[in-house]
Amino acid sequence: MEKLFQKISFSSATLVLILLLGIFTTLFISAKPAIAEFGLEFITDKRWNQEVSLPQTKTPAQVATPAQNLEDDDAIADEDDMILDEDDEDDSMTKTVFGGLVPIVGTLLSTLIALVFAMPIAMGIAVFLAEIASKNISKYVGIAIELLAAIPSIIFGMWGLYYFAPIISDTFGGYQVSLLTAGLVLGVMILPFMAAVTRDSMNTTPDVLKESAYALGATKFEVVKDVIFPFSKVGIIGSIILALGRALGETMAVAFLIGAVYSLPETITDPTISIPVAMAVNFGEASGLGESSLFYLGLILFILSFAVISFAKFYFLKRTKV
Amino acid sequence: MPVMNIKKFSFTYAGAEIPSLHNISLPIQKNKITALIGPSGCGKSTLLRSMNRIHDLYPGNKYDGKIELLDLETEKFKNILEIKKENEFIELRQKVGMIFQKPTPFPMSIFDNVAYGLKIAGIKNKTELADRVEASLKGSALWKEVHDRLGKSAMGLSGGQQQRLCIARAVAVKPEVLLFDEPTSALDPISTGAIEELIVELKKDVSIAIVTHNMQQASRISDFTAFMYLGDLIEYDKTENIFLNPKEKKTEDYITGRFG
Repeated sequence: MEKLFQKISFSSATLVLILLLGIFTTLFISAKPAIAEFGLEFITDKRWNQEVSLPQTKTPAQVATPAQNLEDDDAIADEDDMILDEDDEDDSMTKTVFGGLVPIVGTLLSTLIALVFAMPIAMGIAVFLAEIASKNISKYVGIAIELLAAIPSIIFGMWGLYYFAPIISDTFGGYQVSLLTAGLVLGVMILPFMAAVTRDSMNTTPDVLKESAYALGATKFEVVKDVIFPFSKVGIIGSIILALGRALGETMAVAFLIGAVYSLPETITDPTISIPVAMAVNFGEASGLGESSLFYLGLILFILSFAVISFAKFYFLKRTKV
Repeated sequence: MPVMNIKKFSFTYAGAEIPSLHNISLPIQKNKITALIGPSGCGKSTLLRSMNRIHDLYPGNKYDGKIELLDLETEKFKNILEIKKENEFIELRQKVGMIFQKPTPFPMSIFDNVAYGLKIAGIKNKTELADRVEASLKGSALWKEVHDRLGKSAMGLSGGQQQRLCIARAVAVKPEVLLFDEPTSALDPISTGAIEELIVELKKDVSIAIVTHNMQQASRISDFTAFMYLGDLIEYDKTENIFLNPKEKKTEDYITGRFG
């Protein structure tokens, strides 16, 4: 029995690693044609699904996707209309270029806006619930916040598009669907989760520790700042990291709000696109190199989330040891 | 000469109908150690926690009677139960410090722990901070052990060291009264001995009230002893009288271990 139990728990733990590796491998294999074609320049290239005339030589991968097929693609995917087509000469020798810069920038910026917006508010809510509010208020507001976390993202998307977006464009100018709108709604979405986890970890601060700070003549603010925050730092950072992960990968709400346009935003109120949105919007029609490029984007998102989360974990959790 | 006077004090916890302490009158003598003893649930901790009004962190408790604290500047007694404003609470708690059952080092360095009370009291001068931290650590018999690692986390100290650190932290703000709530119940005998020595040493500068489960401890270190039972003060006298010649039958039964 003891051995069986050990084996079960061991294999469950191994499964996670296998899954992680498996997903990574699949993404990598599917993305391989695009990686071979574009290499690392994919990350810095802002063109997406654009035909350019070939200088002289062509790569063998090009043969796999006939030029006509690609033109069809172009006609369906309406996002591409925003980009000035550069098919200048009547050269039959063209190739389609895919680059990931715009979605990558869009993803990072929208996540950044969401975090900057959500973090102070989440901390405020958590401090209020854990320390300031009476037990009853804290209970009911806590339930409301947990309910907010349970709202499906599509509803946030629709609410954002029909109600929130006009307010944003009235206040800040610019387009209704934009980086800012997407980032703020994303912030609203990660807010409840962050607040709830932060409150829970603040509640783990032992009463006697708070009492000893009060017994030295500390004010409530000082107790929160000097005792509760340092004590629950690990949990708070954990909540931010998990929220970050959600914001990076959020698709549906952002698809409604970011505009899905392949252009680098010049101001914060410009529309752009994020990696998950690019994938969701284009997968239906993608084939050949286009499809493979989407997998490449997926791989980048995977590595990006992984890198951000492990960096945050490593860097912050190391510093928590005074 | 008393530094605190508890007069006809009753205390009711929030939501409770029956008071946990009834009609207690007791002085805390200046530069003496007063021990509060009694079986579990007798209210000795409740009484101690009323003396710096730490109860007020949780709303709804009811006080009756008076607890007077001597103001050393004006030499007049002031009823601390009348305090309502936050700055008065802060002032009270700077005058009446508290040490808890378990060591409660803050998640910061050893130096910052001891300096904490001083910093929030508004002392910013670095040399003054350093001097007072050193003085309190020396006064708490901890300086030799930690002087070369003041910048390290206080969490790395042993339980006994942590408790002495908490005492140093409380002493640093120069309180008039220190309340000890079973300060050695989580410690081994050697650490307990060190803490007891320290408490006796401290009474030169500060008046002390200590709650203890350990009757030997009370008899070893205290000058006065109050025996409490079920929320009542049964007997208060010099420690030797309580232990050698108690007037009340209950006290005698408790001291001799017939119940408790």
